[in-house]
Amino acid sequence: MNRRIFYIAANTFREAVRDRVLYNLIAFALLLSGAAVLVGQISIEIERLVVINLGLTAVSLFGVVIAIFIGIALVSKEIDKRTLYTVLSRPVRRWEFIAGKFFGLSGTLVVNTFFMALGVFGALLYVAHSLHVPDLRVLVALYFIVLQFVIITALALFFSSFSSPLLSAVFTFSLFVIGTFAEDLRGFAAIAHGLTRWLATAAAYLVPNFSALNVINQVAHGEAVGRQLVIYNTAYTLAYTVTVVAGATLIFERRSLK
Amino acid sequence: MAAIEILHLEKTYSVGFWRKRPKRALLPLDLVVEEGEIFGFLGPNGAGKTTTLKILMGLVFPTSGSARILGMELDDPRMKAQIGFLPEQPYFYDYLTARELLRYYGQLSGVNARDLTRKVDTVLERVGLRDAANLQLRKFSKGMLQRAGIAQAILHDPKVVFLDEPMSGLDPMGRREVRNLIEELKGEGKTVFFSTHILADAEALCDRVAIIHLGKLRGVGAVEELTAGVGAQVEVVWAGTIVPAGIRAVGAECHVAGDTVRSVFAADKQDAVLEMLRRERLRLISVTPVRMSLEDYFITQLGDLGEMNLLPRAEGATREGSADKSGVNVSTSVKTGATPYSSAGKS
Repeated sequence: MNRRIFYIAANTFREAVRDRVLYNLIAFALLLSGAAVLVGQISIEIERLVVINLGLTAVSLFGVVIAIFIGIALVSKEIDKRTLYTVLSRPVRRWEFIAGKFFGLSGTLVVNTFFMALGVFGALLYVAHSLHVPDLRVLVALYFIVLQFVIITALALFFSSFSSPLLSAVFTFSLFVIGTFAEDLRGFAAIAHGLTRWLATAAAYLVPNFSALNVINQVAHGEAVGRQLVIYNTAYTLAYTVTVVAGATLIFERRSLK
Repeated sequence: MAAIEILHLEKTYSVGFWRKRPKRALLPLDLVVEEGEIFGFLGPNGAGKTTTLKILMGLVFPTSGSARILGMELDDPRMKAQIGFLPEQPYFYDYLTARELLRYYGQLSGVNARDLTRKVDTVLERVGLRDAANLQLRKFSKGMLQRAGIAQAILHDPKVVFLDEPMSGLDPMGRREVRNLIEELKGEGKTVFFSTHILADAEALCDRVAIIHLGKLRGVGAVEELTAGVGAQVEVVWAGTIVPAGIRAVGAECHVAGDTVRSVFAADKQDAVLEMLRRERLRLISVTPVRMSLEDYFITQLGDLGEMNLLPRAEGATREGSADKSGVNVSTSVKTGATPYSSAGKS
């Protein structure tokens, strides 16, 4: 990685840490501990299923909220507070700034997910008293959740490069919700006719396909995740993210900072 | 080689939400700043100073025209490694300490990792922030932030330093220190381009100044050149209480104080006035050229109200946008003779 991108990414990570973003981990730990104790008392035979489902859903939701709320301010805050002026007046290209911000927030989310994952495994151990090989499939689900965060970070950054934080939040959250039902949208497009079919197909392929990245239920039931899906999701996330970040860069390259 | 070359630089913004209207922030501007100069960029609020600086820094794109710094294009990273910039009312990452901030900017400017610690310590010492080096910027006062801003602008030893209102927010001691620092930078062979509305600072420091108002350049040159020519006056003092009628007729202002008369008039009337005094056999006490101050020159340039009102209309800009930004202030100051700049200059 280009050194300037690394420095900007490191500063973005430092900002998130010092703004106490990672304090959400405490809330997460409390939630999981409470849930584990509760589940241990009321569930019979399905403790693993409940803890994995609950734990991974919580990881996903916490991460999505952080990705959206930090992501939407990544560029706009720097413009509003004019901290960007002293960065772009240096030998830093605008695309390097966008890339640095993207990697900084993605890195923050990876660290965040790592600690939350420890919490999930801790809760699982508490409830089930032991870990089995199939439990490691949780790692695949966590990997897909991280891929989801990466796409959301790219989308938040994209909207942040030209609109206000409020609008960026609305756009990003809307795409997250629609993307969660992307498979349903594709199904609808398949049975629709005429213009509706054309529009639904376009929308289905334009919005991020988060449903393919959600294997929480499958993993909770102890089912394996195919290698092909891992490769497909990785390639899809890479292509989608590169496209969106490139779009953010193109817009930001032409933007005058009033 | 010129340090800064600005060629027909122009900027028009679109204002309004539904009905976009053009607002010209900068009329075609041509300016050359030589290497090693301290150059003052003067003008009231809304004159176009910050727009010009933002264009030079690549933060805003010009509508037309071009500029070069150290002979290189504005988007050339090699050029950006050789300039320093202090924005107006700077705000920095307040979760960082002053030392961390400077390290970050040093890294972005490409300062060698081995030299970085030494350079950061040196610049912190130079701007008087050594004791606050490990304090988070959110705990800094406005004056301390300004010092941090100056520190980041000079940290990487740039050849050209752009300072937007560098004295803003500083107490008298701080202002003196910044003045000394700017002179030191000149001593090191650097070019300093700074915008200010404190004319006393510009008069004391600058090799040359440019005056800009409503986006238009009103004058460029050394302070002595600008203040010597147009509007030069002479003060003549003679004994007695008699003021010959012809003297008032040439437009002289006369004041009788005790047994002397003090008269001030345009320099080109000097011979006529002295001739009249000789004819009346009045005893001449002194003849003194009255040097125009930079403030007088500034007000003369801004006080051209006819042009001020015509400009926005002729150029398609909004009248109200221009009037409420500077026109009202200027017309008031012209009538009362007190300018919004005079108090700042004396503070």
